[in-house]
Amino acid sequence: MSETRERKDFSNGPLCLSGRGVTKVFGIGDRKTVAVDHVDFDFHEGEFVSIVGESGSGKTTLSKLLLGLMNPTEGEILFEGKPRDISSGSKKREYWKGIQAIFQDPFSSYNVFHKIDSVLLDCINMRGGRNLSKEKKIELMTEACSFVNLKFAELTNKYPFELSGGQMQRLMIARIFLLKPRILLADEPTSMVDACSRATILDMLLDLRDETGMTIIFITHDIGLAYYISDTVYIMEHGRFVESGKADEVILNPQAAYTKRLISDVPKIHEEWDLSTVDLLSKEE
Amino acid sequence: MKNTLRQVFHSSKFLVGFIIFLLILLTMWVYPFLNPGNPLEMIGVGTFARPGTYFSLYDAVNTPAETLRLSDADDKRVAASMSMEDRVAMVEWFTLAEVDIEGLDINDTDALLDLWFANYDSSLKLKGMTNAKKNYYKRLDRSIREIRAADTFTLMHPDEDSGELVKRSDISKTDYINVGQVTNVKRLPLGTDNFGRDVLKELVSATGTSIVIGLIAGIVATFIGLSLGLLAGYVGGFLDDIIMFITNIFTVIPSFVLLILISYSIGQDQRGASVVAIVIGFTSWTWTARSVRSQVISLRNRDHVNLSKLSGHSLVRIILTDILPYIASYVVMAFILQVSSGILSEAQLSLLGLGPKTTEVPTLGLMMNWAMLYSAHTNGSWWAYFPVILTITFISFSLNLMNTGLDQVFNPTLRD
Repeated sequence: MSETRERKDFSNGPLCLSGRGVTKVFGIGDRKTVAVDHVDFDFHEGEFVSIVGESGSGKTTLSKLLLGLMNPTEGEILFEGKPRDISSGSKKREYWKGIQAIFQDPFSSYNVFHKIDSVLLDCINMRGGRNLSKEKKIELMTEACSFVNLKFAELTNKYPFELSGGQMQRLMIARIFLLKPRILLADEPTSMVDACSRATILDMLLDLRDETGMTIIFITHDIGLAYYISDTVYIMEHGRFVESGKADEVILNPQAAYTKRLISDVPKIHEEWDLSTVDLLSKEE
Repeated sequence: MKNTLRQVFHSSKFLVGFIIFLLILLTMWVYPFLNPGNPLEMIGVGTFARPGTYFSLYDAVNTPAETLRLSDADDKRVAASMSMEDRVAMVEWFTLAEVDIEGLDINDTDALLDLWFANYDSSLKLKGMTNAKKNYYKRLDRSIREIRAADTFTLMHPDEDSGELVKRSDISKTDYINVGQVTNVKRLPLGTDNFGRDVLKELVSATGTSIVIGLIAGIVATFIGLSLGLLAGYVGGFLDDIIMFITNIFTVIPSFVLLILISYSIGQDQRGASVVAIVIGFTSWTWTARSVRSQVISLRNRDHVNLSKLSGHSLVRIILTDILPYIASYVVMAFILQVSSGILSEAQLSLLGLGPKTTEVPTLGLMMNWAMLYSAHTNGSWWAYFPVILTITFISFSLNLMNTGLDQVFNPTLRD
């Protein structure tokens, strides 16, 4: 992994997704859980953003809020500078042409009753390619598959569960390649695949960004991965952003105690693993 | 699909249930060919003829007889003509007349008769013997003597012109006819019921009707329950509240009471088998609705559903392609149970006299109702109700076994 990857400065670029005081509360009364607690964010066009936090910090809830699969309890999400309006089914469909997702678990992301072809055809249809000729559709699908190093001829008429986890996750990226949304939300796309597939998938995401200029919101618990890949990092603890900024600034010079802990928790090959923070944590509890 | 079916048929429980059910269906299909005709035809005039083979006495008389000399025929005849009551009465008489009966076996016909002919005297006055009892002994004595006498029966028929009785033939004790040669023979393996109808034929027809009632009830209940469960579970929110409110009301009111009231208010005339089936279906969907809803709730936040949403699929399409196939096995299982409970509900309703109208088709419940009304259970006519109970048991046993087998296939934690 190169640590000298060139990072561009997006802070003055056009905004594509931002939020003000976004909050999500589950339950009422004594059982109330604040999953996302008044977060503010500004994601710019073409930016690679990472949201880092441990399990239960509200990352996945935030991703569902961003995708519009859940409505925030409070706060406002702005899409391309204007307040997001997803009140009706057709408006939602329109919104989802602009924002798509890759989920954490490739094994549960597919409908096991549908063949791979229908997954890809759906994307072509959504992009308005319903009336294309069959040959053209196959050409598009083949192109998308070859982008992620899969052979469409081998996949056609197969079911997703016949693929390996890595292949399934690459197929997800092929789907995004066909859809070409302006924003891609990747919710821990590498946590369920092996280490070799992980690097491939990350490189594919970067290629996708470079090729289409889409914004990628990368949600992860692995701060090392976030540092390797992203331009901007948001650190999330208990539903709040405790620190945010350029990847280099945040990770090389962390301010919040939580960020420091996350960094020290990354296992290193050439140094002794610092477990003192773990003791600290258990004492706190 | 193919693999799932193979797996299902590997489950021994499912297979046993399936075979039993298939045999029942096969009987229903084959039997009418062997024994055609209206199952409600009243062939018997009396009530509750015992199971057995009946042949026409008239034809038997006209069938050429063979003479067989069987040494034990007489003894058998006498033994059969003396019931246990008669034997006890004879011993009673001996006791009153102070005859020594030590070592007498009540089942030993020869010894009993020897003692009887040696001691019985109708003129003897015994203490504490009523006149009626005395006459009973006289009759008993006469009938025993008649059977023992080596007489023949003489068959007479009236002359066409004069009306005088003309002797036609003698029937001797050694005359035998071949049952196969008698023209009219009727086999009634389960006898007749109170209206003189062939119980087996009726039972086969009733099983068919009851299974159809169960299927209709199951389809109606599963359809309503499934639709409401899917909507409530997937859409959620206010619609969920309304649907669950209705479902809870239906759950709280005992569905059987509802069933009785609806059945009663429809009236006997409109109450055909299919109407009863639909009424049963309309009162038994709540369980399916609740369980489908809870299954759907656990499915609706799965990633593949989210992905389908992101692909812009409509609500109906998501429900039909992303939710329904995942709970299909569960729905099939629920359907099987609904069919089984539909058949039982029909039986219960009919037993109370609220089942389908009685003139068109027999159902298992109606057969029980008739047997109960004509007190088959108190007069010992077991063939009028016991085979019905057995059939109901077998149907619901096979369906439940199939359900358990499916449960084990689709729910691997239950496999043992």
